[in-house]
Amino acid sequence: MLVTEQEVLIEVKNLTVDFGKGKNKFTAIDHVSFHIFKGETFGLVGESGSGKTTIGRAIMRINEVTEGQILYHGKNIHGKIPKDWDREITQKIQMIFQDPMASLNERAKVDYIISEGLYPSKKYKDEAERQEKVHNALLNVGLLPEFSNRFPHEFSGGQRQRIGIARALVMEPEFIIADEPISALDVSIRAQVLNLLANLQQQNHLTFLFIAHDLSIVRFITDRTAVIYKGKIVELAETEQLFTHPLHPYTRALLSAVPEPNPYKEREKVVEVYDPSQHHYDQSPPSFVEIEDGHFILANEEELAIYRTLLKREVNE
Amino acid sequence: MTSKKPRILFIQNLVIQFTLRGRVLTAIRDISLDLYKGESLAIVGESGSGKSVLMKSIMGLLDKNGSIKQGRIIYQAQDLGQFTTEQEWLRVRGKEIAMVTQDPMTSLNPLKTIGKQIEECVVLHQGLKGKEAYEETLKLLKDVGIHDVKKRYKQYPHEFSGGMRQRIVIAIAIACKPNILICDEPTTALDVTIQAQILQLLKNLQHKYGLTIVYITHDLGVVAKVADRIAVMYAGDVIEVGETHEIFFNSKHPYTWALISSLPQLGSKGEQLYSIKGTPPNLFQEIKGDAFAPRNQYALKIDFLERPPFFQVSDTHYARTWLLDPLAPKVEPPAALQAFFAEGRQYASD
Repeated sequence: MLVTEQEVLIEVKNLTVDFGKGKNKFTAIDHVSFHIFKGETFGLVGESGSGKTTIGRAIMRINEVTEGQILYHGKNIHGKIPKDWDREITQKIQMIFQDPMASLNERAKVDYIISEGLYPSKKYKDEAERQEKVHNALLNVGLLPEFSNRFPHEFSGGQRQRIGIARALVMEPEFIIADEPISALDVSIRAQVLNLLANLQQQNHLTFLFIAHDLSIVRFITDRTAVIYKGKIVELAETEQLFTHPLHPYTRALLSAVPEPNPYKEREKVVEVYDPSQHHYDQSPPSFVEIEDGHFILANEEELAIYRTLLKREVNE
Repeated sequence: MTSKKPRILFIQNLVIQFTLRGRVLTAIRDISLDLYKGESLAIVGESGSGKSVLMKSIMGLLDKNGSIKQGRIIYQAQDLGQFTTEQEWLRVRGKEIAMVTQDPMTSLNPLKTIGKQIEECVVLHQGLKGKEAYEETLKLLKDVGIHDVKKRYKQYPHEFSGGMRQRIVIAIAIACKPNILICDEPTTALDVTIQAQILQLLKNLQHKYGLTIVYITHDLGVVAKVADRIAVMYAGDVIEVGETHEIFFNSKHPYTWALISSLPQLGSKGEQLYSIKGTPPNLFQEIKGDAFAPRNQYALKIDFLERPPFFQVSDTHYARTWLLDPLAPKVEPPAALQAFFAEGRQYASD
């Protein structure tokens, strides 16, 4: 992360996603902008309903974009785009889903599940090469090639999640969207899958968008983190900076709510509660400002002044 | 095990087996556990470790193919394990021991207003009628932190958020004025901010009604927040039990070590996180020795041959591992864990 010149892989500009029309219109994502550097793990955290998954799905092109742009290597990926480019993005951006019980086709063998993306892309010469790719993908995620003849129900939760990862890897992606990849897993299995993701990232120079609500895991695995609340990013910074010097009241509330594995600390801890009515945005609307190097926050002028003094005081301490 | 508090319920040498397609699965393998009045006990373990089965057996909710093969569950001088008819269970279930389940979506009836669902319990268990029952229901709703109770009384579950629904499930559970409340992963389906609120609510209610609460969970953060004592389960057995700080900062069983070590808070960025190798044992087979031995890097020869007894660490802390035998070689927990222990003791002395 200390490289000075970083290549931007994904740029999200002023993204808005609406669901429904007219009276029933619901704005899930409200003018969100951020970028993800090549090779980094970018975390997106928020409560359920905050829109974190919708952002992931918009980049994945599962959800339509109402307004704004998503650029991949500087080129638009939504709307009318050339067929070659469309095919390339489909291959380069892959997704790992939350629930390994629901995301695998129960009626298909592992072999088909993994190569489903390969068939239309014709990324193999003959049947032998396809099988080799499937076997390598399985080996890469720590499963045996023999497993390709089995059905998903024959596997445990952790193994199923590995199959989900293998399915993404076989396409040789550059960018992987991991939507709560370990929330459905047991504590001990979580560590295994986290380690696997970290190893794969190093080996294959992958870039990750890591969507999660478990902040302890986000802190461990991500380089930069954005906190999203009701469709807006309220704070974005390098992960350590965000965890040690959270500025936005929502970020502070979120961090204070995470239980730590320390009974002494937990007994004393006072959980902060976020009250959205503390902002006076009707008179002076907020904007997304870089308050210090790489640390962005959603605030109006008045609040910015408070945050600046807060930041200065914390740094001096 | 001695404690100042009196025992409210205790389990002795409990064995529970399930018959599945002609094969026998031993889900609970000879467990003894005490529950003290007014405490919060957390039962921690992976899925399949038997923590839910254990609690279901206390509520008489075991599936038809499961049965208690051996042992006793003593509550108020009666053995719950001997109950055979539903009528016997109805005297205990709900009234004496109530349960809050994981998913508030599935535990509420979508076709009834939440007021009626709570009132049902008030009428059945407290014997109140008409206006009295209605007033009591409103009081319960207030107790669990719901505002505008008269309007809320008439609403259906789908009109509530996940956290609010869990509050209603809790209201139903305490409507029966139980002595023991079993919370099976009460906050797993909820957001962290809501989770903090629900845990605080449970703590307040515990204080107000003098409840004894059993938490079943795999989240050690939640455990640290709410539990007085912890029982760690592995493969149908309680392998370590002690006060919360003893389990967190002075645990003795290698499985407890492994469980704590795999927390992301203990890892350092860019390095591998500790993970437990292998898989839990197959409970269809008879387990010899310490069930964790095949995955345990500290395993001794005897771990594969004989089941370790409970070794006493302190008045309240017991662990089932041969490492505590006077004859066993001295073994130190992994370095990262030792640092974690030291940090914890630092807090204790402050």
